[in-house]
Amino acid sequence: MVTAQSQPQSKETEQYNVIGTRPIRHDGVDKVTGAAQYGADISLPGMLAGRVLRSPHAHARIVSIDTSKAEALEGVLAVITNADFPRASDEVIDTGEGTAQLNWVLDNVIASDKVLYKGHAVAAVAATDHHIAEDAVELIEVEYDVLTPVLDVRDAMVDGSPLLHDSLHTGEMDGSKSDNPSNTASHLQFTKGDLDAGFADADVVIEREFETSMAHQGYIEPHNGTAYYRADGTLDIYTSTQGAFVVRDSVAPLLQLSPSQVKVTPMEIGGGFGGKIPVYLEPLAALLSQRTGRPVKLTMNREEVLLATGPTSGTYMRVRMGAKRDGTITAADVHLAFEAGAYPGSPVGAGAMCALAPYDIPNQRIDGYDVVVNKPKTAAYRAPGAPQSEFATESVLNELAEELGLDPLEMRLQNACEEGAQRADGFTYGIIGNVDCLQAAKESPHWQSELEGPNRGRGIAQGFWFNIGFESSAYAQVNGDGSVPLVLGSTDIGGTRASIAMQLAETLGISAEDVHPHVVDTNSVGYTQVTGGSRTTFAGGWAAYECAMDIRRQMEERAAQIWECDASDVSYGDDAIIRGPANEDGNDQQFTFKELAAQLVTSGGHIVGRADVNKTSSGPAFATHIVDVEVDPDTGKVDVLRYTAVQDAGTAIHPAYVEGQMQGGVAQGVGMALNEEYYYDDSGDLKNASLLDYRMPTALDLPMIDSIIVEVPNPGHPYGVRGVGEVPIIPPAPAVRAAIANAIGVHMNELPMSPRAILDATVLGGD
Amino acid sequence: MATEHIVVNCTINGEQTTFLANERDSLLEALRDRIGLTGAKEGCNNGNCGACCVNMDGRIVNSCLVMAAECEGAEVRTVEGLASGDQLSPLQNAFLEQAALQCGICTPGFLVAAEALLEQNPDPSEHEIRYWLAGNLCRCTGYDKIIKAVQQAAGQSVV
Repeated sequence: MVTAQSQPQSKETEQYNVIGTRPIRHDGVDKVTGAAQYGADISLPGMLAGRVLRSPHAHARIVSIDTSKAEALEGVLAVITNADFPRASDEVIDTGEGTAQLNWVLDNVIASDKVLYKGHAVAAVAATDHHIAEDAVELIEVEYDVLTPVLDVRDAMVDGSPLLHDSLHTGEMDGSKSDNPSNTASHLQFTKGDLDAGFADADVVIEREFETSMAHQGYIEPHNGTAYYRADGTLDIYTSTQGAFVVRDSVAPLLQLSPSQVKVTPMEIGGGFGGKIPVYLEPLAALLSQRTGRPVKLTMNREEVLLATGPTSGTYMRVRMGAKRDGTITAADVHLAFEAGAYPGSPVGAGAMCALAPYDIPNQRIDGYDVVVNKPKTAAYRAPGAPQSEFATESVLNELAEELGLDPLEMRLQNACEEGAQRADGFTYGIIGNVDCLQAAKESPHWQSELEGPNRGRGIAQGFWFNIGFESSAYAQVNGDGSVPLVLGSTDIGGTRASIAMQLAETLGISAEDVHPHVVDTNSVGYTQVTGGSRTTFAGGWAAYECAMDIRRQMEERAAQIWECDASDVSYGDDAIIRGPANEDGNDQQFTFKELAAQLVTSGGHIVGRADVNKTSSGPAFATHIVDVEVDPDTGKVDVLRYTAVQDAGTAIHPAYVEGQMQGGVAQGVGMALNEEYYYDDSGDLKNASLLDYRMPTALDLPMIDSIIVEVPNPGHPYGVRGVGEVPIIPPAPAVRAAIANAIGVHMNELPMSPRAILDATVLGGD
Repeated sequence: MATEHIVVNCTINGEQTTFLANERDSLLEALRDRIGLTGAKEGCNNGNCGACCVNMDGRIVNSCLVMAAECEGAEVRTVEGLASGDQLSPLQNAFLEQAALQCGICTPGFLVAAEALLEQNPDPSEHEIRYWLAGNLCRCTGYDKIIKAVQQAAGQSVV
């Protein structure tokens, strides 16, 4: 195990030449000069501006839509509703981090017979100017038959609750469906051992109920989508997306086009965190362009982003956990009810698999329910489902340690999963860094320090996330000067051009600066899955490795041709020296990479390497976080005083961007812990749909976030990469909860633990 | 609904500029849609995120809250004006060296705001940097590396 504290500009791994260094990212200059082109920055000749009319109601039947006045406004070129789209079937399509029925994808993009949440799109307009488009949507007249909304997951599950979808029946894991329609879309269950015997073995059993609010990904760039349907039947889309191929494969069936007719160009993206995987505006822009024959750009404002995109699930959770007096956990029973929003597809399955994942608990039962409510359809959000489920389980574990008088870190070490341990969902771990993270946390300056002062407390929590692999493509060409353009399909959200290029450079034995990575459109690179699931540096890096090995093989063959020898007598060294057999004079023959590159054109042409990988393996990620807080007893405000995040990266390709992922995940987790919530009134109106009232952490709300990178290389990757993006959002909420309890002796059972909630639980007496 | 158009004369990044604004255009809309300077970003359009920060007559403003017509005679500096030719400013270099950006959408606003801070207060404390930049939201970095980049640009040692 190698642990590395932050040391800017230094090389932290002796094993490699490029991996572990901190080069300037290739797209950096464009992003500090304003030159980088994000989705909303595009302008095309003759481009029209679009605007979406959205529902003022959370649940209503659409009686009629009259667009005639909007169509009559000068400058308006098209108005569309759901009825203008081809009828979508119930076929299931790949939506990046999941699947969805095509008709539900369409109905979420633009409502059909019912609106199911406030902000649900109802109609869209294209006009010569965005101010005209804004005026035009105001002229569309919609008659609604308002229905009672269902806003809470537990209310929605009750028999007799108003139904969102008459056709929805509860699906079980065995494929059976409930007889009666329900808001509960599915139920899943994982079990292991004998639950009753496990609880009978326990000396202490603690049961807690938790509620968490919906929370938004909060990317600073609102959604956008620009489309140009051309007279030859091809459709160009320019958009900020985490998955250009997902956009292609969603828009094409919605407009009944072949994927080969649709080209999606991923623009620079201003954050995503999972929320920029689904399509929202792209199909509307495409149909408006089809109707007008001109390019159409649609952008959302912030209110639309909060009302109608993302968020992650609100939940009701119940956890019962038992342990022996020595700290051995004997049994755990977990009940998870997740709000999916208006259409099925909450991340409850992932939440269920993660809930107890760090611990080797012999007797377990985990139930999960995916439930529709009259709120926006949830989207993936950084380790989707895990921040909720692990908040519940980590919190109960912390209380057990407290009850038993044990050190919460030692109790985790005592029960930690190691190689060979099996989760309730059946997955068996290989080599993992679970214990290594806990050990590094234990030895950290933070854990070793004393915390003093009134109303101050310290908390700790563990986190687990799967990470994923799947399909990525790359190709690269060797230019005559030895530079190598690298073509990728992965949107670069946080430095993955650099982390993938570095793995190509390492394999070729050249510098990171000699590789020039480019993210291109769907016609210019092989299929590449979304930038999500912490997969991009893992799978993209693997594609880059295979691509470089393809180049190495061709370079050997070319050298053999020049030397007139057998290719098997030529070897490409990791130092980028191509060595051949001795020549007639008995002298060794060799080329540096650049020397051979200079001879390629005259010896037979350029060399192009290519790779397409599809990996079903992954490298599980673990993290341990420590936080100190101070609670103001008069206002209920919690200040974060000190924070340390420990995480197993497998191998940190570019340590600065690994630290950045850890620090950013902590910030989002702290936001979820302390402030961020969807605040609805009884009618289903979101009362805080602005960045003033949806309160994300500012620079003033956080301390420096110390990051300790643990490296337990993933044996299932050429360079040991695991993936780093998601797991750091998981531990903050339970760690902060433990710190608050340590500070003021109150255990909070809801998220966020806002000043209001803390005052409710303290001076106002609680519930 | 007829809209008026207004001729606006101002200086943008040192260049005398005349443009035709829709009377409803904000400065941000004029910069992006009429002038073609897309470095300033729209994150919220109501002054809460700071992605559209520009310097107007020596003051940082959220350009989404300034009407384009108000810019008559003004000197406006945007992220596009921070570098001198191909020479990045010390702050721009520090952002790259400290890896102080991930997606980069908030970066133009942070650079404009931080440059104004260092002009007024060349040796700010960590708290002063955090206070000054509290009007700029970043969702990717947790701010740690942004603060360090500003410290580096101020000539302070960065741990």
